[in-house]
This record gives sequence, C-alpha cells and structure tokens, in this order.
Amino acid sequence: MIKNIEKLCNICGVSGDEDKVREYIINKITPLCDDIRTDSMGNVIALKKGASSDKKIMIAVHMDEVGFIVSEITDKGFIKFQSVGGIDPRVLVSKRVVIGDKRIKGVIGMKAVHLQNKSEREKAVAENKLTIDIGAKSKKDALKWIEIGDYISFATEFEQFGNGFIKGKALDNRVGCAVAMELLKERYDYDLYVCFTVQEEIGLRGATVAAYAVEPDIALVIETTTASDVSGTDEHQYVVRLNHGAAVTLMDSRTIVDKRLAAWLYENGNKKGIKTQYKESNAGGNDAGAIHLSKEGVKTCAISLPCRYLHSPVTVAAKDDVNSVYELSRLFLQNTKSIMKIMR
Amino acid sequence: MNNLLKKLSDMRAISGFEYRISNELEKLFAGLADDIHTTALGSVIAVKRCGKPDAKRIMLAAHCDEIGLMVSSIDENGFVKFVNIGGIDTKVLPSSEVVIHGKEDVYGVIGSKPPHLLPREDMDKSLGIDALAIDIGYSHDDACKLVNIGDSITMLSPNSNLKNKQFSGKCLDDRAGVAAMVKCLEYLKKETLDADVYAVCTAQEETGLRGAKTAAYEVKADYAIAVDATHGITPDNSDNAFEIGGGTAIGIGPSLNRKMHKKLINLAEENKIKYQTEVMGGDTGTDAWAIQVSRCGVPTALLSIPLKYMHTTVETLSEKDVEATAKLMALFVKTIGQEGAAL
Repeated sequence: MIKNIEKLCNICGVSGDEDKVREYIINKITPLCDDIRTDSMGNVIALKKGASSDKKIMIAVHMDEVGFIVSEITDKGFIKFQSVGGIDPRVLVSKRVVIGDKRIKGVIGMKAVHLQNKSEREKAVAENKLTIDIGAKSKKDALKWIEIGDYISFATEFEQFGNGFIKGKALDNRVGCAVAMELLKERYDYDLYVCFTVQEEIGLRGATVAAYAVEPDIALVIETTTASDVSGTDEHQYVVRLNHGAAVTLMDSRTIVDKRLAAWLYENGNKKGIKTQYKESNAGGNDAGAIHLSKEGVKTCAISLPCRYLHSPVTVAAKDDVNSVYELSRLFLQNTKSIMKIMR
Repeated sequence: MNNLLKKLSDMRAISGFEYRISNELEKLFAGLADDIHTTALGSVIAVKRCGKPDAKRIMLAAHCDEIGLMVSSIDENGFVKFVNIGGIDTKVLPSSEVVIHGKEDVYGVIGSKPPHLLPREDMDKSLGIDALAIDIGYSHDDACKLVNIGDSITMLSPNSNLKNKQFSGKCLDDRAGVAAMVKCLEYLKKETLDADVYAVCTAQEETGLRGAKTAAYEVKADYAIAVDATHGITPDNSDNAFEIGGGTAIGIGPSLNRKMHKKLINLAEENKIKYQTEVMGGDTGTDAWAIQVSRCGVPTALLSIPLKYMHTTVETLSEKDVEATAKLMALFVKTIGQEGAAL
C-alpha cells in the first residue's frame, strides 16, 4: 500500500484538476469493481457488489489536494497565483512548484533578506506579494509554457524517513484513496460504493453530489486530520498523535457523528488490537459534512490518518497509522450489519 | 556548465564545515592546476603555474561555504532545535526540508505548531527560529543516537533547470562563483600565461570573510579577483539589483582597484562579453573586502553573478552570466604579466 501511496502522492491533482489522479485510480481499480462510473463533476463512483443489495454502504475519499492556480502573468514573465484550499502563506516562501500538465518547474521567490527592511523581515508575506519564477523573460515568453488557469502543485517528492514515517505533498488525502483502493479487494455484506471525490478542499463539493447519487444507508469518510504533536505544543493540544493509530471523529465543525457509531469504532478497534484514538478536537471538517446532510440524512462517520503539517508542502505521517486506518475501515465494512442495528 | 553547477549546488558544507567537501572540490580542479591543497581553515587552493621565473601571482577567490543551520538541542519528543549559521531568512524555513549531518545524513522537515494554535495576533508575523523545530521521525533516544549538538544542517532543496538557461538551487551564492573559477581555468588550460594563477575556494565567507583572509596571506598575490553573487532583479525589488542574463557585474568603488575595473570593462567591450556595472560606496560584503588589505595590500577587483532570491533555497541565476564571468576572468588573467600591459 505504501508504494501505491507514493505513486498517488506524486501525482498533481489540485481541486478542479483531479484528472490525473482519477485516471490512475480508475486504471487500478477497474478489475476490482462490478461497476465504475465518473459523474459530471469528476467523482469516481465504484461499486463492489456485496452478499446482499438490501443496503448501500458508501466510502468517500477525496482525490484533490491543496495547491494554487495561475491568476496573472506579469510583463516580466513572473506568475501571480491564488491558493486553492486553505494554505498558510507563511510556508510558501522559497518553495519549489510544478505548473500545469507539462509540469513546468518554478520557484516561489521573495527578495533577498539583505534587501528587506525591519518590518519586512518580521512580517509574514501575503500570498499576493509572492510570485512564481519559471525563468521566463517576458509575459510572451512565459505564455509559451503556461496559461492563465493552470494549476500549481508543490514539487515535494514522497519519501520514507525516520523510524517508520512517510512524507510528501498530498498525503491529504491520497492516503485515503490508497486505503479505499485496498478495501475494494474484498467483498462485504452489502453493496459498497467507493466514491473518490473531487473538490473537497474548496468546500466538500464532490461529496455533495456523490452522496445524492449513491443514496447510502451509512457512510464512512476516510481522511487525514491535523496532528499537533509537534515541538512547542502542550500535550492537551495534540488532538491526535502519530503512531497512536486511526483517529475517530466525534464531532468537527461540520458534523456531529452519532456517538454510538464513533464509540463502536473506537471500542471495537481497540478490542481487535487495532490502534484507535479519538480525535480530541471539534475543529476541522471533511466530506462527512456534506454526506450526512444528503437527502433525508445519512449516518456518517470518519476515520482519519493523523498527519503533521497538513496543507503544507511537506506533510508527515506514520506508516503504522496508515495500516490502522485500513484495518479499522475494514472492520467497519465487515460489521455494517451489526453497526446499523445498534443505531436503530 | 549545467552539470558543474548541479554538482556544486549538491555539495553540502556550511561555514566551518568545508572539510566535508574539500575532496570533491579538489577533484574539480584536477587536471586544471599543478598543485591543489586545502588550508588550515578549509579553503581549497588550486595553483596553475606559468613556469616563468618571478612570475606575478593572481588570486581568484570564490567562497565554497554555504549558509545553513546547526543543531542546538533535541527536545524530549525527538524534535531538533537549531540556530542559524550565516544570514538565513527565517521566512524560508517553515516547511523546508533539511539534511542533518549527524552520525549519518538524517532527513528532516522544519515544522511549527499548526496555524490555529499560534496566537491570533501573530498571524501576520513571520515565524522566528524559536518557533520552529526539525521533525526527523525519531524518538528522543533514537534521535540522540544519530544527531548531536553542533551537527551541521544543510537545506535539502533539490536544484532544477528553469527556462532560458536559468538554474535554481541552494547555495549558488557562491558555488556559482566556484563554477566560474573552474570554467576560467578550463579556458586557460591550453593558454601560455605570464602569471601564476591561484584559484581559491575560500572558507567561512558567510561568517566574516575568514577563509579569504588567511588564504590571501598564504598566496601573497599581486592581483586578486573575487567572484561572488549580487542581487538579481525580482518583481519585488529592482534597487541595487541586476538583470538576470545581463552579464557579469563589474564592481566599482573605493575598496576595489580602479585600474582593474577599467581594464575589465575594456576587455568586456573588446570581446563583446555582456557586463553590467555595480557601484558600491563602502563594504562590498565579499571576499574582495578582506583580500584588499592582506599583507601590504592587494589590488583587487570584484565580479558578481546576478542571483535572484539570495540566501534562500531557490536561488536562481542565468548560466550565461556565469559563463560571462568565467570568460572575462580568463581574459584578464591572460593579460597579467604581459609586457606593456596596462597594469
């Protein structure tokens, strides 16, 4: 699965530009599915028939990643951009990016520290003060390689490091994609609809229509969530910790998960020896926010991979946790019958 | 040139740790010089002799150290705290990847608290070095087995070729200068010279021109040319900055020798080498400043390669400007010691 995560992470697929991720996924999962279709927004909806078609189970994993879009090219050939998804501008200075389908290399530059006055040195730089340099001589020259509206991704390469850690851009949420692809290898009690969704990062757009189309009886979102177990943070602010397992959401800014559902995951995960932790915060949001409000409403839960430095060029997670997320999601799928019973 | 720049940008040595790359640097000059050695401070000196008695000596100097970081402590969860070596812009650090040169090379990423845990009123402030730590993916005990206080840290930043022969990488300030020196010696390889050439990769420039000071003493030069980087024009600054691809910048000012700069301009004009002029009323902030006052004084000139985003991990230059610098330097060297030459 790590090999698959590596491939997925290195693909560029900013919200609205998920084509290459979609192509890769469809290619890999077609032999595993009973039906597969792409909707008008670009969501991939894959059906794996179950022992019974009485109920529909939905899994949602988003394919898109945060990034940028080319908004303007200056006369001198430098590129102005807007962010797509929430990115703290403080991580942008001096980073490498790739632009458009041709993967044109560029760097986000800022004038040298020698040339900054005191206030410039101390101030965070706003996104609209930064430009990307591709080495173009002029606007005309730059237009040979890029155009307005091209999408921009961080150029970070996926790699393993430290004691069982992985890093790359877009662990959020290609890890979810990889886990879902793995889950499609088995059959479960009910029909399983795995939705690889688009545009999560700009407001859960894809999941909104995918849930409407699928009409699930119960849904699971497989995601990443911010781990604050980093230097300088007090322990009570960690929210989730790396190497402490799959994170179960109780509540976030978009969704209140049925406590019985969350508790089932937490208790049975730990009972089965799957490292499981609660996400100790009610901040953040993911596709569950859209899915649980679909039509008459859907019981929806979320299992997340703890991830450090989310929405930055280099996101970090633990391999062991990836496995826990997979195992817990699988446990969910194997027990949907009894899970649905406890919530009646 | 592209390969040479890549090789030099990939070398990893912050000020004081030049010994890490002295072998690699010596190899670059093999076949181009008669004698190559490394000094006590870590400067690499390559000597190309002209074979004539009492020949004049010309010193070329480009610094081989790079700015970077150093391990100051390891916290209880294995995160590595650090200090800066040389004038690094802390704004480039958040989310930058690094290599810690510990017992082995250890990968790390510089992280901070997530934005929502930082004080709201600090949202528009840049993060200071105290707010940052390197995540190496090890527990405290495992980290301590690999990393020690005082280990040097370099920025990972893989280099890349941009359009129009622009090249982007870390520490082109001043490995690009080293590249120009190597290229210059290549131009001179088959030439008959009237002076001995001392090409010096100086150590510890970024912490105060220290390698240049001792190397200049050792070389006892009659003339010197320092090669360094100067600011390239960027969308947010054109003051005291030079056009990328506009040629080598010939330094002019009180600390630089006037006859030499005039001769450099003449040679550039005669040979149609692209150049710009850079006026510096005071300290040039380069090795030239130290070399000029070595021993009884050394007539010193300065050639600079325009560089965008200096002291970041995405320093960007035009290979053409490095070529122009090398060519002009070679032409100048050829005139030294010639009978009837202006100097």
